[in-house]
Amino acid sequence: MLRLPRFKYLRPKTAREAARMAAELGPRAMFVAGGTDLFPKLKRRQFEIDTLIGLDFLPRAIRNGSDECAVDAGVTLAVAARDEHLIARFTGYAEAAGVVSSPPLRNAGTIGGNLCVDTRCNYYDMTYEWRKAAGFCLKKDGDICLVAPSSPRCWAVSSTDTAPMAMALEGAVILVGPDGERELPVAALYRDDGIEYMAKQPAEVVTGLRLRSTAGSRSAYVKLRRRGSIDFPIAGAAVAAHFDGDVIVSCRIVLSAVASYPLEAKAAEEFLKGKRLDGDTVREAAQLASKPAKPLDNADLSHFWRKRMVRVVVEQAFERLNDQRGGVDG
Amino acid sequence: MRHEVERDVERVVLALDVNGETRDVLVPVHKTLLEVLREDMQLTGTKHGCELGECGTCTVLIDGKPELSCLLLPVQLEGRAITTVEGMSHGPELHPLQVAFGELGAAQCGYCTPGILLSAKSLLEANPRPTRDEIRDALAGNLCRCTGYTKILQAIELAAGRMR
Repeated sequence: MLRLPRFKYLRPKTAREAARMAAELGPRAMFVAGGTDLFPKLKRRQFEIDTLIGLDFLPRAIRNGSDECAVDAGVTLAVAARDEHLIARFTGYAEAAGVVSSPPLRNAGTIGGNLCVDTRCNYYDMTYEWRKAAGFCLKKDGDICLVAPSSPRCWAVSSTDTAPMAMALEGAVILVGPDGERELPVAALYRDDGIEYMAKQPAEVVTGLRLRSTAGSRSAYVKLRRRGSIDFPIAGAAVAAHFDGDVIVSCRIVLSAVASYPLEAKAAEEFLKGKRLDGDTVREAAQLASKPAKPLDNADLSHFWRKRMVRVVVEQAFERLNDQRGGVDG
Repeated sequence: MRHEVERDVERVVLALDVNGETRDVLVPVHKTLLEVLREDMQLTGTKHGCELGECGTCTVLIDGKPELSCLLLPVQLEGRAITTVEGMSHGPELHPLQVAFGELGAAQCGYCTPGILLSAKSLLEANPRPTRDEIRDALAGNLCRCTGYTKILQAIELAAGRMR
């Protein structure tokens, strides 16, 4: 049986109080909201903590303005995926929330938690006994990366579905630390490092997400995984574009699960400015977007195939944008 | 890891609403709902599968929505309505889903059945006329390694028809 380790459970009443507790306890403590990412990892002894700080106090509301949406971090993925305003104005975000894991996990997992999902690796997301037998890796207890042994860094893979989409939509997160609150673009929340993958301070609590949309903007998310449910992404494309008629004024393309952080495909974004989304343009943009993706052999299925499929998921995401033409955002 | 067993166990008294009855339990705070249901409340209908949130066999309903009891802490569930498969029947009278599963043979080993019954119950309460695709979507977190799912889907459709 895989049991959780013994821990103490603290119940702060505010984000500030939670942040102060985390600052005081340091690496011995972690926050827990839905627990869908944390508990399996605690059972596999990938984290060694003696205290959990419950974020049960987090509000769970979605506040819609005409062009802005504020989503509390405690909102579950299932609620976000079904929210009519999100579906209409931030289609890709609702799509991303709706393809995370499986229905029962989306009823527990929160949008704040999905922004903070730990990076994953075939050599890391294993039980303690497996890792001990195979040799510990750089991310936990070991000295070398078992995927790229000559590399000085960890190559664990960013495995969140909603973060690439929030980045593509130029969203911002609200962080509450021991000394106050700040807003940070989602794009600035991540680092290209499998271990230190988040740029926020460990004691800061993600309390909300702000998304902004303008008339003429559309977004879509396409996820690649072995099965149609349960699995983490092994590649994915989050695209958001602002149109003037049929012409792209600006767009963002962010790839999931092909690097240690959500990877923006900047060359393809530049290429698409001022263009219409016809077949040839989409194919060329998808080819450009796939270039920066360099998946390694540390997630499900072959990394060569994952690399080839990046082009396909980007194409599919742009096809979805075309399908949305004539909808609410016209 | 080696220091874990030397740590004190924090025990808490919790009032849990399980199958409509509030029960006080004294449990270690690090025990999952699955462990508390099976080991402290003797509600062994909830099955113990992968323990990692991947198979769905430990599904219970929290306020009517399916969640995985292997990834829930009872300390986070006070004031929430917990429903296990034992809570589906009324005394000797089985829930229409249970009757339909029995009639159509929608279980072989039966290990996944409690979780699937509860996911289906939640679906039918929200959507009395689900399409086949909507049933598939609702069950997308529950794995069955025996049946190939066809009889499960047919049984849910049969029960849905009888419940309308």
